[in-house]
Amino acid sequence: MSGNGSNEPIIICENVNKWYGNFHALKDVSLKVKRGEVVVICGPSGSGKSTFIRTINRLEEHQEGRIIVDGIEMTNDIRNIDAIRREVGMVFQQFNLFPHLTVLQNITLAPIWVRKKTRKEAEAKAFELLERVGIREQAHKYPGQLSGGQQQRVAIARALAMEPRIMLFDEPTSALDPEMVKEVLDVMKTLARSGMTMLCVTHEMGFAREVADRIVFMDQGQIVEEGTPDQFFTNPRNERTKLFLSQIL
Amino acid sequence: MATEVSRPTSRRAPRQQIGLIEWLRKNLFSTWYNAIITVILLYLIFQTVTSFVAWMVTAPGWPAAFTNIKLLLTWTYPVEQLWRPQAAMALVLLLLGLSSGLWGGIVRMVAFGAAAVSVLLGFVAFTFPDLPGQTSLPGWLFMFLCAGLLVGGDQAARWIGVKLRWPLIVAWLLSYPAVILILRGGLGLPIVETKLWGGLILTLILAISGIVLSFPLGVLLALGRRSSLPVIRIFCVLYIELIRGVPLVTVLFMGALLLPLFLPGGESIDALVRAIVAVTLFSAAYLAENVRGGLQSIPKGQIEAARALGLNVVQTTLLITLPQALRAVVPVLVGQFIALFKDTSLVVIIGLVDLLGAAQNIVGQPEWLGTPGGVWRETFLVIAAIYWVFSFTMSRISKRIEDQIARSRH
Ligand SMILES: Nc1ncnc2c1ncn2[C@@H]1O[C@H](COP(=O)(O)OP(=O)(O)OP(=O)(O)O)[C@@H](O)[C@H]1O
Ligand SMILES: [Mg+2]
Repeated sequence: MSGNGSNEPIIICENVNKWYGNFHALKDVSLKVKRGEVVVICGPSGSGKSTFIRTINRLEEHQEGRIIVDGIEMTNDIRNIDAIRREVGMVFQQFNLFPHLTVLQNITLAPIWVRKKTRKEAEAKAFELLERVGIREQAHKYPGQLSGGQQQRVAIARALAMEPRIMLFDEPTSALDPEMVKEVLDVMKTLARSGMTMLCVTHEMGFAREVADRIVFMDQGQIVEEGTPDQFFTNPRNERTKLFLSQIL
Repeated sequence: MATEVSRPTSRRAPRQQIGLIEWLRKNLFSTWYNAIITVILLYLIFQTVTSFVAWMVTAPGWPAAFTNIKLLLTWTYPVEQLWRPQAAMALVLLLLGLSSGLWGGIVRMVAFGAAAVSVLLGFVAFTFPDLPGQTSLPGWLFMFLCAGLLVGGDQAARWIGVKLRWPLIVAWLLSYPAVILILRGGLGLPIVETKLWGGLILTLILAISGIVLSFPLGVLLALGRRSSLPVIRIFCVLYIELIRGVPLVTVLFMGALLLPLFLPGGESIDALVRAIVAVTLFSAAYLAENVRGGLQSIPKGQIEAARALGLNVVQTTLLITLPQALRAVVPVLVGQFIALFKDTSLVVIIGLVDLLGAAQNIVGQPEWLGTPGGVWRETFLVIAAIYWVFSFTMSRISKRIEDQIARSRH
């Protein structure tokens, strides 16, 4: 699914290390993601999945190693960080919608203030995105008046409104009631097929099997195994992967 | 595939209301001892109310407040300049009327409440004496004019529509200096020294200045206390804890007595300005702590989501954390503003004559010496009513804002 000709990776992580105090949370994590690739990250609780994808937009700071996103190296320079954040959208487990703003305002906020779009442009785009995630009619409600599944779809629309090159998902369906998981996964599948570069932490193995180009398995702060869904599910090499799969499948 | 599904029919919710008799029995006469307590209490309430009303009707002291209404409202503000407080008030009420037409909601509630009170006071004002040398409108005419400005402004703004929005916001921002200019003079108007000001005007100027100025200062202190820069954080903590450790009277005294010693030329600083500074500094420390409480209640995920969208620190604070924090503490903040409004009466101690001070003076006037029982009860009831109207308005506004927020939360 690689996109517009360029085959150089859009995300490059080289030997990324991170400590929380004395706790070594990421150990020499290296990963390259190509344009348009969909990578699913899985692993047991506490293995560092969230920590890892949050270093990619600097919600967590890494202490060693290099992270290069779309040609911009992540340094302490706030301009680089802001530039990267503009290119990277993120969807959280707890949605994190802004409760004091309507759905429409949630989606248009960043395009207006960060991308300096006019309100009119931003709203037109917002309605287009709401249409895409199937909740156009909720535009003027507040997040608190929506179901969990609807809220998460708004959160996806909000991230997409910035027209990011990359989308990060951190367990986007874990806080949802079972009957709402599908509506969110469907939106994510459509997005994956449209050629978006995606990095998803998720335990939805059906989703992984269907749309992932690659699955990365993490344990104790390390990438233990990576491969295509086929390899990963039918022929895992590592003992810890096998154990994990036996528990989750 | 079209299987017929029987739709569940919805019924009306069962009636929650119960009849009066039933309510009485359930709440007041459920047992024999409840019945006895009810009867005794009813008797006591009846006694109190009737004797109070009887006293109200026959009390001899009412003229004290009404013949001295000028002192209560403006104290020694020169009689020949009284059109100026009237003009200032008319200006503010016109803006309020226009805002009511433009924004509706709470603003309309306040505007129409104020209009109703003005009409009522207009009738009361027929009893007010005319003052010798008065250049202002008679009280009753002015009160009717106020009501007219409120309602007329409301209608005008509805007719003009949204293009009034920015001019009106600018007008509100300019209204404070404009009011001070009108009252104090300058630019061709004769100066009226602030030491002549007093009564309700002084109370309102102090309270409004205190609220308007301490709000931004308090918010800055709250943000400063959470700053990652140690110098700023320590300064804010010291300031907040120092001020919260002393009573307002102390701060007022420091403003009145110590400030002139420390500041070169401090003697010449207006006493009213010193009082405003003291009230503002005092109130800001408490406000900061309340706002900080609101800031702490914002989940970390909100800030992360904002940063992930590319909003910078300032944008995140102004658009995401502060609005939510302030909403969360609206009731506390309004409670604090009400307290500040009433606490301004402490300025009597540093020699300013506010509403309470004016009342105290009136009560001591020699002409009331002959009135049996004195006139202090009646006079103080009148000023209590004035304090109450303003405090009650503020608390209603707070309630309405809370309701609106609750509705968006669902
Ligand atoms: N702010 C923090 N301070 C200290 N330790 C932390 C912090 N955040 C995470 N950790 C630790 O780092 C490790 C990795 O956490 P992380 O949240 O990345 O795990 P995860 O793989 O996302 O787990 P889960 O599936 O439960 O979300 C955990 O052991 C956790 O306790
Ligand atoms: Mg996690």
